[in-house]
Amino acid sequence: MNKNLFLNVLSNPLSKAGFIIIVAVFLLAMFAPLIAPYDPDDINVKAILLAPSGQHWMGTDGLGRDVLSRMLHGGRISLLVGLVAVGISTAIGILLGAVAGYYRGWVDTFIMRLVDIMLSIPSFFLILAVIAFLTPSIVNVMIVIGLTSWMGVTRLVRAEFLSLHGREFVMASRTLGANDARLIFTHLLPNSLTPIIVSSVLGVAGAVLMESGLSFLGLGVQAPQASWGNILSDGKDYIQFAWWLSLFPGLAILITVLGYNLLGEGLRDALDPRSGKNK
Amino acid sequence: MKNFAFLSNGILKRNAKASGIFLLIIFLVACNKPAKDLSKENLTDLNKTYPSQTGGTLIDAMTGEPSGLISMIAGESASSAISSNIFNKLLKYDKNLDLEGELAENWQISTDQKTITFKLKPNLKWADGKPLTSEDVLWTWRTVIDQKTGSPYASDYQLVKNAEAPDPLTFSVTYEQAFAPALDSWAGLQVLPKHLLEGQDLHTTAFARNPVGSNYYKLDSWSHGEVIKLSRNPTSVLGQAKIDHLVSRIIPDSSAQFLELMADNIDSMGLDPIKYARIIPARPELQRKLALYKELGNSYTYLGFNLKHKPFDDVRVRKAINYAIDKQEIIDGVYLGLGINIASPYKPGTRWSNPNLEPYPYDPAKAKTLLKESGFVTNSNGILERDGKPLSFEIVTNQNKEREKSAVLIQRRLKAVGIDVKIRAIEWASFISRFIKTGDFDVVLLGWGLGLDPDQYNIWHSSQQAPGQFNFIGYNNPTVDKLLEQGRLELNPEKRMKIYHDFARILLDDSPIVYLSAGYGLTAIHKRVKGIDNPAPPAGLGWNSETWYIPEPLRRNEVSEN
Amino acid sequence: MLNYLIKRVLWMVPLLIGISLISFFIMHLAPGDITNNEAAFNPKTSEESRQKLRELYNLDKPVIVQYGLWMKRMVTLDFGNSFASHHKPVFWQTTDKDGNVTKGMIQEALPITLIINVLGLVITLVLAIPLGIIAARRYGLWQDKSITLFNFIGFSIPGFWLSLLLMYWLGVMNNWLPISGLHSINYESLGTWGKIKDSISHLFLPVVIPSVTGLAGITLFVKNGMLDVFHQDYITTARAKGLSEHKVVYTHALRNALLPLITIVGLSIPGLIGGSVIAETIFAIPGMGKLFYDAVMMRDFPVIMGILTIGSALTLIGNLIADIAYAWADPRVRRGVMRE
Repeated sequence: MNKNLFLNVLSNPLSKAGFIIIVAVFLLAMFAPLIAPYDPDDINVKAILLAPSGQHWMGTDGLGRDVLSRMLHGGRISLLVGLVAVGISTAIGILLGAVAGYYRGWVDTFIMRLVDIMLSIPSFFLILAVIAFLTPSIVNVMIVIGLTSWMGVTRLVRAEFLSLHGREFVMASRTLGANDARLIFTHLLPNSLTPIIVSSVLGVAGAVLMESGLSFLGLGVQAPQASWGNILSDGKDYIQFAWWLSLFPGLAILITVLGYNLLGEGLRDALDPRSGKNK
Repeated sequence: MKNFAFLSNGILKRNAKASGIFLLIIFLVACNKPAKDLSKENLTDLNKTYPSQTGGTLIDAMTGEPSGLISMIAGESASSAISSNIFNKLLKYDKNLDLEGELAENWQISTDQKTITFKLKPNLKWADGKPLTSEDVLWTWRTVIDQKTGSPYASDYQLVKNAEAPDPLTFSVTYEQAFAPALDSWAGLQVLPKHLLEGQDLHTTAFARNPVGSNYYKLDSWSHGEVIKLSRNPTSVLGQAKIDHLVSRIIPDSSAQFLELMADNIDSMGLDPIKYARIIPARPELQRKLALYKELGNSYTYLGFNLKHKPFDDVRVRKAINYAIDKQEIIDGVYLGLGINIASPYKPGTRWSNPNLEPYPYDPAKAKTLLKESGFVTNSNGILERDGKPLSFEIVTNQNKEREKSAVLIQRRLKAVGIDVKIRAIEWASFISRFIKTGDFDVVLLGWGLGLDPDQYNIWHSSQQAPGQFNFIGYNNPTVDKLLEQGRLELNPEKRMKIYHDFARILLDDSPIVYLSAGYGLTAIHKRVKGIDNPAPPAGLGWNSETWYIPEPLRRNEVSEN
Repeated sequence: MLNYLIKRVLWMVPLLIGISLISFFIMHLAPGDITNNEAAFNPKTSEESRQKLRELYNLDKPVIVQYGLWMKRMVTLDFGNSFASHHKPVFWQTTDKDGNVTKGMIQEALPITLIINVLGLVITLVLAIPLGIIAARRYGLWQDKSITLFNFIGFSIPGFWLSLLLMYWLGVMNNWLPISGLHSINYESLGTWGKIKDSISHLFLPVVIPSVTGLAGITLFVKNGMLDVFHQDYITTARAKGLSEHKVVYTHALRNALLPLITIVGLSIPGLIGGSVIAETIFAIPGMGKLFYDAVMMRDFPVIMGILTIGSALTLIGNLIADIAYAWADPRVRRGVMRE
């Protein structure tokens, strides 16, 4: 199935583009320390706010630091935040969804009410409040985004489990003596994998956007650590004059998020048997 | 399913509806010339001289909104920025920072130096026409020291043993002991109208949003979250201001403020060093219409050590760090040269600042020697170590761009002498409660905004170290304690000056903090506003703001408000 | 139907209590309170006065007690007064003994946020539905691809970045639109038409930008919904019957495809109430988002609790209405086939 899936996804030019973008950004971020021409923390007070040139391809910022190097390292941070946050939310979502869908009954009701509560509180408010209260830092940002985005995955996993519940292979495994955990992990989960993957990919896009928004408010990644969000926020006063501080990080965020969205939607189309592709 | 009937009615209809609405909106908007139609002033006219005249509107921007306009209970700068236009105090500072009367015509100090008697100017009126008398002053004093009011500024006024208003034009206060900062405190208390506030709870009264004062301006309207409008008070006790209306727009985001400044929608804005020194000078169109001002503020930034934590209890370590930091680099790099390297905790150029003191020079070699003397040796990671503990700590600061940048520069310089520094920037409220109040910090990077009186008892006296008080670094020097106490009792300016010069000298020697710089306040004001003193006198740019005027040809087209 | 409704409404109460409990305790985990604001660090102020203030606001009592006190007032819909904004009532206006009315903070901020977000939602729908239909009908062709791409870009762009760029381009370079705020300085003196034009131009960017960024989800949804429906047998029947394509698409397909849209709108209601903190900060719009952000920074507990509670309550009500609307719109449900 996986090989077919792969080819399916890649045949759609939009998701192909998304995949390429994601891989490219990932490679750039991973090899950042090797590719970056300067140390991203290297301050040079004589080179403040220089326009892009041969020496500084993306110009310099308010402390004379090379923007290209900061962008590369910042990419690592932004991606890291996105991936870890989604990892956390997916883990929580799988856990809660599995428990709700498997055991059902009042456990299910309780968990779904929890989901309802979390969905009723405007999420950005919750994130704002918790970050401000917990002191902004990379780790806290990851945790908070993770803690506020698990609801979708929970519902997906629960739905899958509920639908698989009555199937024969479940009953067969039970008779054979498999305990709960084994059932969940070796049989039920793998079948739910596909919507989880889609949700995760789209989740990374959302998390990267969220991090840049939080950095804009001063609640994201803190100085002197570079992230796309805070390079953008540092330069927002100088849109007209130091356009490179606004253009490059904004474009980077746009392209990366776009990549994840394209791939995510492409995956969803390819995996969804109801899609209109087969006409 | 391929449908070749591309232009079927349905699509056109749907599309047309949507695009139609959209186009209509764009049309409406584009045809709507901005309501404030800027007079396309001939830009050369901005530099002409015009005679002083009344009228016009000055628009500025605030990032935050005042919580209320009763300054004795509202703490934030947004509040005092507005209320200082509405209310008067007994005294004020003149151009050269000498005290003169505002509501008071003159004052006398008794021979035992414990009683001050103020004579008020005659025929003072509140904006509602009622007379302003010593009863109002007495009532204001009673209110500020009242426990129920809960004013954070009560302590200075509580030192008054007895206050009297024997006749409508006389107000006298008697202190337990001579209190040198007393006059400064009377230049800070905004007098409130007894006839409107008596019997009201200051915390809930509608007066805070609808005040009646006596100064140059009165409140016209306050549209919450949007704009506060003041207009000229015709019965002002000090005479008439020139500009008719003061409008403060609430614009929280600094980039939006700057865009508004560029679009000529606001007249003035506080600037950061980069805008002041790099951006505006580089754009001819901005240079043409904006005038830039800088004034030395009454504040300084510093690196403060927690003197209760090792190794900061060792004066050699503190001095070493002082030598290891290149202050000029911070001034040049972060403030673009717009700061002064200071050696005493006072505004340079004032009599309280000791002119004989030199700041610690940048001398990493000396720093290394001092550290070696203190017993530090370099370990395998290049970091200094003593008794197995590496010299590594965290600098905590609040979320202020300039402070964050300074911290980064300091980090680099300290690394060069073998000290490992981490930086943490925290939002203000968390910062105060988590780190300052608990004393749970190693080093902080902060600033002090000082008053005009040289008394710094609250910051440096050893009795002020309880949680929530201002000697949070834990400074304890009996000689300094004595000097601070004497300073409060000494009314003779010459003698006082000597006391504070000594104080500064000992402080420099002890190096409980590292002075980083005394900063400039930087402002851009549209050239249409005339009458501004440049360079700013010691009292600051706004000392004569009531005489600023906007010549008629340069005003924005305004439709009259009424 | 009625049973269902009653059950839903009853469920709202424990949900609200749960929400308020969570909010209250999260808030009190935070270090710091209102007495640690700017004034606190002025050397002229004293710790005793701050302590007094704390007592005044009951901040020195244990958290449970504070929650109890809060609940007691909540029952009468009294959300208390703001700590930071000089005792402005949090929710609704109060009239003091002299007849002076002080408006409530949420009372002032909520309408603004609602207007902006509802307008935004309307614009999104107005644009998304036709675009989705085109994309569905021209599936696989360049119209579909370009609409999809355009949507994705809108979906992926950081909103505040777009806002700043447009503010600069439209407000400074070209002076077509005002830059920030809700009204012009001389708003009061404009005629009715002038006031309308003024408001539209101020609200243009804050409304259009979020709706463009939110467009993608709904367009895709409409498109996929239409595609699903196109496969149904009844469409094939309709075509076989010889109905015009127009009738097929609009009379039959669209109605069915739009049904789930009501659910989607229901899901975006928290967004309507939550508003956008960032957009309101940039454009200086005094709405719920900005109010909340300020309250958080100032540790203004009554306001924080008020907004979270009211916001969530409105969301629950909104969801309920959306569910009712769905139940009414879908004839299958209306005729008694319940879904839970």
